[in-house]
Amino acid sequence: MAVKKISKVQPEKFEFSKKNKETADSIIKNYPSGKQQSAVMALLYLAQKQNDNWIPLSAMKYIAKYLDMPYIKVYEVATFYSMYNLTPVGKYFFQVCTTTPCMLRGAYNLVDVCKRKISEEENCLSEDGKTSWLEVECLGACVNAPMLQLNENYYEDLDPTKLEQIIDKISNDEVPQPGSYRGRLSSEPENTRKTLIGNKNA
Amino acid sequence: MLEDKDRIFQNLYNDFGADLASAKQRGDWKDTKEICGKGREWIINEIKTSELRGRGGAGFPTGLKWSFAPKEVGSRPHYLVINADESEPGTCKDRDILRFEPHKLIEGCLIASYAVNAHKCYIYIRGEYFNEGQKLQTAIDEAYKDGLLGKNSAGSDWELDIYIHYGAGAYICGEETALLESIEGKKGQPRLKPPFPALIGLYGCPTIINNVETISVVPTILRRGGKWFSSLGRPKNTGSKIYCISGNVNNPCNVEEEMGIPLKELIEKHAGGVIGGWDNLKAVIPGGSSMPLLPKETCETIKMDFDACVENKTGLGTAGIVVINKDQDIIKCMARIARFYKHESCGQCTPCREGSGWMWRMLERMAKGEATKDEVDMLLDVTKQIEGHTICAFGEGSSWPVQGLIRNFKDEIIERNKFDPIVKKQKDIPYLVDQHLLEKENA
Repeated sequence: MAVKKISKVQPEKFEFSKKNKETADSIIKNYPSGKQQSAVMALLYLAQKQNDNWIPLSAMKYIAKYLDMPYIKVYEVATFYSMYNLTPVGKYFFQVCTTTPCMLRGAYNLVDVCKRKISEEENCLSEDGKTSWLEVECLGACVNAPMLQLNENYYEDLDPTKLEQIIDKISNDEVPQPGSYRGRLSSEPENTRKTLIGNKNA
Repeated sequence: MLEDKDRIFQNLYNDFGADLASAKQRGDWKDTKEICGKGREWIINEIKTSELRGRGGAGFPTGLKWSFAPKEVGSRPHYLVINADESEPGTCKDRDILRFEPHKLIEGCLIASYAVNAHKCYIYIRGEYFNEGQKLQTAIDEAYKDGLLGKNSAGSDWELDIYIHYGAGAYICGEETALLESIEGKKGQPRLKPPFPALIGLYGCPTIINNVETISVVPTILRRGGKWFSSLGRPKNTGSKIYCISGNVNNPCNVEEEMGIPLKELIEKHAGGVIGGWDNLKAVIPGGSSMPLLPKETCETIKMDFDACVENKTGLGTAGIVVINKDQDIIKCMARIARFYKHESCGQCTPCREGSGWMWRMLERMAKGEATKDEVDMLLDVTKQIEGHTICAFGEGSSWPVQGLIRNFKDEIIERNKFDPIVKKQKDIPYLVDQHLLEKENA
């Protein structure tokens, strides 16, 4: 299990914006009546997006009331799943995959770039306060290794130079193009495709 | 080699686009009404004839699983749940289906829901696949608009609603009962079985859970016949499968191939060979990180299907092939996998929660050469105490790779960790000193 630290600085109040309230209500409708607790994961995610990429305790209490369930149950869920950030992270949040398939293709070189260009330690804000990074477990894009996730997008087939360029762009508030950085589409073998050749130029 | 016309996932590399119009051109949603019209018995029997085995790792026969659902709907509704929580290191096949072939999945959901009497289907996608989930949602919206889902889905007179449920970064939620807990809005900790989900599953109702790839191949099997599917591969290991080849190969890729294709052909032909040539191969993990690795000698001959892998003391799992060459430190690679399992253990059963950490710490030391000779056997003993002593299969998944390492590379580990603590008393490395003996000396 991952260790989760709760931020010491907590805002007092949290409330969904009008738009998020509508989204939350429509998500609750996806589940049978009386089973509104099922929506807790989606609502935590909404809260995280609304609150600059992290979830304060007040949001958990708010969601517990919203879904008519005990606060501790929301707290349990928020601390169990690794994608919920319980302390502030950067506006641009780099998550570098370093599990074995990525490691074999040099993921730790990407970690070194992050250490050099963002911050020495994981989960610390960069000097300009906009970015932070974290080492994570398998993100499920192993044939496009090494790769990382920046907010919601996957950046694949990276190398240290290309990651440096991405970080430079980010510090100028430009969001670089997600996807493969060796110019291939999806997960096809580069240059040596032996299957579905007839479809290629269709 | 499988011919192109026999490949089920024609859009695996997104040559055509994933929208409904182009999916229909590729033959999706053709005669769905007629297929459902032939009845539940026919669908389940045809899947049984095809000998389709689940593609999520365990390889359970799909037709048999469906037949476990109660024949008549009683007081509780039935559910179909699709497992798209693909987190096994080395595996990334479901991601391509979600983003490039979503209509195969949705059509499969309709047919499977009809076969198991479900009016509601939840697709559980891992939270990191946010963009893939959005693409699937677009496809679902298209299908509703075209009348393929909803009250009278595709004219079949069957009502079906599909909802997406996002996970939030927990590997264990790929275990079917943990996944159900997660949909119910709880921590993803597996349940005891029995009762099996087919009788008591989501919200205590009968639930059938299938992997994305399993469901996505169903429409094509029914259209071309179970006999066609079972003519590929060999008995009990039929059909085609998406293989993911990653690690130290020249061209890592996903490729759909016939079951039972030789591993060497997959690596040499499709993935462009091992970096540094075949002779530079050290080991291969054949089925995602939880399957024991194979040494080079076995890689020469092994065929990639469920039974052949079991004969070679490993498993096909999800067919996520990770190639490791001689430039890598094999102990370090396995230590990293052990760290993955330590991170992902849900913490419910003590042997797994504590043992996964032990295995990681011991392997880290072994990679550095700081362990003792005896500890290799001790590590094996630890894995044996985890395996089979947990609620879910995570215990096996975390201990098998370590067992595979010790089985095949024990000499290499001992070569690096020659210390005999009692003789040498390396006091600069405190945990190598037998504290008990020290006390005796001082006494």
